[in-house]
Amino acid sequence: MKQKLVLIGNGMAGVRTLEELLKLSPDAYDITVFGAEPYGNYNRILLSPVLAGEKTIDEIMLNEEHWYEDHGIALHKGKTVVEVNRGKRRVVALDGTAAEYDYLLFATGSQPLMIPVPGLELPGVLAFRDIADVDRMLDAAGSHTFAVVIGGGLLGLEAAGGLIRRGMRVTVVHREHTLMERQLDRVAGKMLQDSLEKRGIQFLMGAETTAITGNSRVQGVRFKDGSEIAADLVVMAVGIRPNIALARKSGLYCERGIVVNDTLQTFDPRVYAVGECVQHRGQVYGLVAPLFEQAKVCANHLARLGYARYQGSVSSTKLKVTGVDVFSAGDLTADAASEEIVIQDAARGVYKKLVLKDNRIRGAVLYGDTLDGGWYFDLLRANRDISDIRDHLMFGQTNLGDSGYGGENRVALMKDDAEICGCNGVCKGTIVRAISDKKLFTLEDVRAHTKASSSCGSCTALVEQILISTLGGNYSVAPKQKPLCKCTDYSHDDVRKVIREQRLTTLRAAMDYFEWRNPDGCHVCRPALNYYMLCAWPGVYKDDKQSRFINERAHANIQKDGTYSVVPRMWGGVTTSDELRAIAGVADKYKIPTIKITGGQRIDLLGVKKQDLPVVWGELNKAGLVSGHAYGKALRTVKTCVGSEWCRFGVQDSTALGIQLEKMCWGTWTPHKVKMAVSGCPRNCAEATIKDFGVVAVESGWELHVGGNGGVKVRTTDLLCHVKTGEEALEYCAAFLQLYREEARYLERTAPWIERVGLSYVKQRIVEDVNSRKALQQRFLESQKHFQVDPWAERANQGVDRHEFIPLKQVV
Amino acid sequence: MTMPPLANQQSPAWIEVGKLDDIPRLGSRVVRTAHGDIAVFRAADDAVFALRDHCPHRGGPLSQGIVYGRTVACPLHNWCIDLNNGQALAPDEGCTPHYPVRVEREVIYLLLQPIFTQAWVKDD
Repeated sequence: MKQKLVLIGNGMAGVRTLEELLKLSPDAYDITVFGAEPYGNYNRILLSPVLAGEKTIDEIMLNEEHWYEDHGIALHKGKTVVEVNRGKRRVVALDGTAAEYDYLLFATGSQPLMIPVPGLELPGVLAFRDIADVDRMLDAAGSHTFAVVIGGGLLGLEAAGGLIRRGMRVTVVHREHTLMERQLDRVAGKMLQDSLEKRGIQFLMGAETTAITGNSRVQGVRFKDGSEIAADLVVMAVGIRPNIALARKSGLYCERGIVVNDTLQTFDPRVYAVGECVQHRGQVYGLVAPLFEQAKVCANHLARLGYARYQGSVSSTKLKVTGVDVFSAGDLTADAASEEIVIQDAARGVYKKLVLKDNRIRGAVLYGDTLDGGWYFDLLRANRDISDIRDHLMFGQTNLGDSGYGGENRVALMKDDAEICGCNGVCKGTIVRAISDKKLFTLEDVRAHTKASSSCGSCTALVEQILISTLGGNYSVAPKQKPLCKCTDYSHDDVRKVIREQRLTTLRAAMDYFEWRNPDGCHVCRPALNYYMLCAWPGVYKDDKQSRFINERAHANIQKDGTYSVVPRMWGGVTTSDELRAIAGVADKYKIPTIKITGGQRIDLLGVKKQDLPVVWGELNKAGLVSGHAYGKALRTVKTCVGSEWCRFGVQDSTALGIQLEKMCWGTWTPHKVKMAVSGCPRNCAEATIKDFGVVAVESGWELHVGGNGGVKVRTTDLLCHVKTGEEALEYCAAFLQLYREEARYLERTAPWIERVGLSYVKQRIVEDVNSRKALQQRFLESQKHFQVDPWAERANQGVDRHEFIPLKQVV
Repeated sequence: MTMPPLANQQSPAWIEVGKLDDIPRLGSRVVRTAHGDIAVFRAADDAVFALRDHCPHRGGPLSQGIVYGRTVACPLHNWCIDLNNGQALAPDEGCTPHYPVRVEREVIYLLLQPIFTQAWVKDD
């Protein structure tokens, strides 16, 4: 017989836990839900847009009644649970409805705080918590004029913004002198206040409410200094506190909230709790992102998987008042050991402040331009040492040369038809509609449904901003460690570490060890695992071709029409008349429609039919041309200038070093593509400073540069070091490539990898620690012994993978 | 499911297209026909499926995709297509025709009669 699970509280945290549970173990429980409100589960954080008239109640429903029916869940809506008998394992609602449980889940949320002043009971005095409150505010807006909102925090300002849109005259009363003082500093608070004043909201700052006056209905609000203002509606929005009365009454251990451990279990092992009502490691949370993280962990334990663990959340806040961009995260209180970096540009209405301590971001406030909020938040959560990026930290991640989204950075002001994702042609309005209609909460959701940010990724920050401005502070940020794919909860780094430690040498062994959810894995994890195996066990692991993306399986680049392109290697960009004749000959013989010079100093033959690939390769091979790996996560090209051999400015032989580098590195498999260049003087004609590994000649030797990128997100290289000889350049290059091969995640280019781990770490491993450099170089050279095999020759002359290139059958 | 009437009103014959081992596990090969390519897939458990070699999204050759479970991921933009019926997996929407297949004594037979699980709009 199935066990019985009872959920008290039909809100976002509780129902999200059920959804996660149903995904993991759909038949584990008979589920009963009690909810005090007479509705299905709705998105409470979108009550502000409902109040403002931007959304309807229907649009913010998350789970309507049929969802409960479809999943066989008994829903008792409008029934408040008043008793929990933990001995008999039974809950009873006010009307006598009862249910027994094997496991009980508390998700009773929070209650608005009401300042204890005379007059609270008067009609027209409300909190801002549920649909009923919104209905009453809308009633008041229809028939009355003066609204007073007590509380200048997030919720109060959102209420004020909504009521002004509904035509009321709104005064916000705040005890402090700064709005949202817990999230903003004085300057940003003042900018926000100015901007809201322009929208017609009035403010009474530093005002302490002592009474609400009126006879049959509220008429005014009185303050400590004796003054009084008129009010037909008073909205009390001074804060929330965990709703723990029922838990207390049933004898569960509570402090500020119901105390839970890292598995969201209370002191009674049969009782779990999630959401705003819980206290975890001394913290209570009032935003949605942490609640969703809790829901995932709790579901994991209810499903008896027992491995997930909640370790607390850092949250960020975003104000949902149309047209105002404010972002805040972390801790803004300065102490003796902390420092601040501030940019203030009053004319542009931009203010940014970062609070740093020990070279790490502790807090961030952004006003006006919030595009980099997500980036700062990531750095904050990752506890990343920012000393190596400190000089440009304030200008954000996206200040230089990004393409594809028109350089926009103020999402709130963008029109609905503004193009956000230039790759897939997705406009702001489409993304906003998908978020509301399909009830999306994460970047991954938006990518799956709209394709925005799913190709080159340059618009990711914008899409995140749209999520944040549509969902408010409740945007569910991705967890710190993302799972490798949907088949597992383990991250890239977890999987890699265990592959080495446990000596897992086949895909099957790795998937079994980690209990992969899909026996075959998927198109995301298999190529990654295959790469990790190749890197960890060169010469031992047998390459799994079916886990390779088609380009690496067919050793050519698939084109939009299903034909392929062929790019032979041209060592250092140097070719001969014989090679050119061979290319011309093969192009004529196989009617190859397009011949194109690539950006990497090579020649691309486009439009080759798949079955012609082996013969085309065979002819190229005869002239000494081999695979250029233009199709692989591998070494692509080493671009060079002519250098000292011809150029009157050249100080070193860049062409010769480029050829040596390419001869050393060709054939290697890497987490993502790798491009190199060597320039013969600081004029840098080979554009070495936007390559993964770039070398620039100077009179005294060579400068080595790393982590550059010339694509969607232009990033110039960081200087790794200066070396005297070409031999040293080769040694550092091998060590750098091996470090990247061993430690970057699959599909992570060198640029984001270095941004993640920090240049100082890379320098330490390659430049400062000689033994580490030599060991990395050795491992690279050892692995190259196994990978420097021309895949074209094998297929053209030795019949390898013949089946790949010919049809199974031709039916006449 | 709708079966369009055949032009010549004759029931089509099962044709032999190859042996099971001609297709790698978790792989696919193409059968060329006068009406376009058909991708024949072999799953990990040796179950065989056939789809029109044409992704409902932008026409990518599904035979070149990565196969797992009962799914193939299109090589062009990673739409995931159900091998059973040619339907795109959510949240993508679209469908490509599939073909009846049977395997007897390790020999694969195909019926060259497309089945349209869902109203299918020709996109090229």
